[in-house]
Amino acid sequence: MEIIEKLVDKNGLIFAFLVVGFIMLASYWISKKVLRNKIPGVAIAIIVGLMLAFFGEKKGIADVSLFSGMALLGGSMLRDFTVVSTAMGADFSKIKQAGLAGTVALFVGVIFSFFMGVVIAAILGYTDVVSLTTIGAGACTYIVGPVTGSALGASSDVIAISIATGVVKVIVTTIGTPMIAKRIGLDNPHSAVVFGGLLGTTSGVAAGLAATDPKLVPYGALTATFSTGLGCLLCPSIFYFILNAFWG
Amino acid sequence: MRIYGVALLAFCFLTGKLVGNLLGASIGINGDVGGVGFGMILLIFANGYLRKKGLLKPLTEKGILFWSAMYIPVVVAMSATQNVKAAISEGPIAIIVGVIVTISAFLLVPVISKIGRKKQND
Repeated sequence: MEIIEKLVDKNGLIFAFLVVGFIMLASYWISKKVLRNKIPGVAIAIIVGLMLAFFGEKKGIADVSLFSGMALLGGSMLRDFTVVSTAMGADFSKIKQAGLAGTVALFVGVIFSFFMGVVIAAILGYTDVVSLTTIGAGACTYIVGPVTGSALGASSDVIAISIATGVVKVIVTTIGTPMIAKRIGLDNPHSAVVFGGLLGTTSGVAAGLAATDPKLVPYGALTATFSTGLGCLLCPSIFYFILNAFWG
Repeated sequence: MRIYGVALLAFCFLTGKLVGNLLGASIGINGDVGGVGFGMILLIFANGYLRKKGLLKPLTEKGILFWSAMYIPVVVAMSATQNVKAAISEGPIAIIVGVIVTISAFLLVPVISKIGRKKQND
């Protein structure tokens, strides 16, 4: 047993390949045989992943030493590398056509998420501007929240809430996208570009579109990747000043 | 050779990240603004240019396609390494804000998708 532990510890990434391969195999089997293709295998695999994350804390299942390699396989380096590679299947003329809508979606997504987050936080009893701004920023993505919170000097529990809000957004986007896709017309590159800008969370958009239709992934990821930067730019500056003027 | 494709992808990725970080620094954010997006655009152009010139060999392409096929397994690993416990244990506020904001954003998709598309129909 000790030898196996040592072996896995030294070859974490390779073990992660094996684990994910097994998750995919089992998920596709369940999708095909048990659910008769009603829920795509990718969606099941992602839900299995989220459930496995319960076994750990901050880094999900990667906190369990045997599975530490999952953090490398699922980390931002390989995520971004593989997301860029999906551009091979993207049609530039379609992106160009959706350019204006995508840009509008990007700004509307950040502004709308932020102020909606602020209003809900205010209804739930938060009154100080720094906390409201931080929680609103967390409603953009889970990176914008802590970046804004630490820039404004928010307390650590409010920063934790802002991260949690962003993670909830990732989870809801991941699970919700394949369920709602048809009803919101999310079945073509044009609306995928808009979708990426509005939702903003690269992880959620990437996973949600993968579960809906992998062909749409590059279009959604393209706009989503600008969202966190835009949020980090607007939330601790303009948005904070606006809130301060009205609330402060 | 396949490694040419992987190297091309790595070049686009790193150049895109560099542009993203420079853009971030220039607007005072210590981070990456759209690096992945720039990388993708670069790859799209490189792909189109090399294809036109007949320089994109099928094997080179396979080096890139391998990574785009690895994209879903990476997303599964990413889901398994999220701080799901915190998202649920921080109490109702994170869940309420997260759920309402996300669902509302879903509903805005068809509204904003109309932009740029109407012209075609008219």
